[in-house]
Amino acid sequence: MPDQIILQVTRYRPERELEPTTQEYEIPLHEEWAILDGLNHVKDQLDGTLSYRWSCRMGICGSCGMTVNGEPRLTCATFLTDYRPGPIRIEPLRNFPVIRDLVVEIGDFMRKLPEVKPWLIRDEDVAAPDGELLQTPAELDEYKQYSMCINCMLCYSACPIVGLEEGFLGPAAIALAQRYNLDSRDKGAHERMEVLSTAEGVWGCTFVGECTTACPKGVDPAGAIQRYKLTAATESLRSFLLPWRSA
Amino acid sequence: MSVRYTEFHPRWHRPRMSVFWWVGRRSYLVFVLRELSSVFVAWSVVFLLLLVHAVSQGGKQYQQFLNLSSNPWMLALNVVTLAFLVFHAITWFNLAPQAMVVRIRGKRVPRSAIAGAHYAAWALLSALAAWLIVG
Repeated sequence: MPDQIILQVTRYRPERELEPTTQEYEIPLHEEWAILDGLNHVKDQLDGTLSYRWSCRMGICGSCGMTVNGEPRLTCATFLTDYRPGPIRIEPLRNFPVIRDLVVEIGDFMRKLPEVKPWLIRDEDVAAPDGELLQTPAELDEYKQYSMCINCMLCYSACPIVGLEEGFLGPAAIALAQRYNLDSRDKGAHERMEVLSTAEGVWGCTFVGECTTACPKGVDPAGAIQRYKLTAATESLRSFLLPWRSA
Repeated sequence: MSVRYTEFHPRWHRPRMSVFWWVGRRSYLVFVLRELSSVFVAWSVVFLLLLVHAVSQGGKQYQQFLNLSSNPWMLALNVVTLAFLVFHAITWFNLAPQAMVVRIRGKRVPRSAIAGAHYAAWALLSALAAWLIVG
């Protein structure tokens, strides 16, 4: 008979309550269970009405982000035993509207993401094999870290500016813009600058740094944003001093 | 209560951010204090300019400035200012490696070296200032 642990789960059922409430579930404490396994146990065995998102359960899909004991975490990569003896408080991600229980509304992020054009922009498209774009390992290293983003939005949950400033692009979108800006195959840095070098872009960030702490994939969005601030400042200085050189 | 199907999303819950959102978490508190420290950085610049101005006006003005500076409330303000300046410098230097990517011969300079260079420059300039004042 395994030990037990209590999950204190935020419930919000808009058809019957105005404010979220907390519901406790006692579940078995297995050594190998992540918090997501605990929630799946609740859903399968104790209360089928509990709503939450998940998919891959191995830190790739970025669906199962929740607030665990006040910290934004991927619940598939956060283990029950680390919170022994409990209880464990599980809430929806912060800074997002809540649709139901632990399910948040991510439309705002989905609208902001394409604004930074997170794809390769080329002057002209040439089909393979003539259009093969070679890269050295050093060129790959330039942006590889930022390409690890899985859009889990833990950084949006950790960032107080996202909560305070509705228009702020946010850490992941800016880090993804940098992922393409730093790619040797990309030619779109100038197009992205119109969106990034604004009060809603990098200049909205005040370098709290919690996005980097929260990131489960080591992307370091705070570093990406500060690096881009330097790029944007240098670029605007250059266009002021050498106006004929700016495109 | 029966569950009613609605075609569109039902009422979303939009949690409001408390005015004191920065109190409950150490990293948020450190951030807000770092932002606040800018006020004291500005005051230290004003104080230095007042000193330079007093010196340029001659001995009497300078003595007046010294009297003002030795006021208990001015001393207290400047002790707090010094504490915030040190806090500002340390937190800033610790964050600098995150914003700076320096490469020497294609290899990225480690974060500790960048932070270390900042601290070394700080120590050097402080030693220079101390030598100018004391020496």
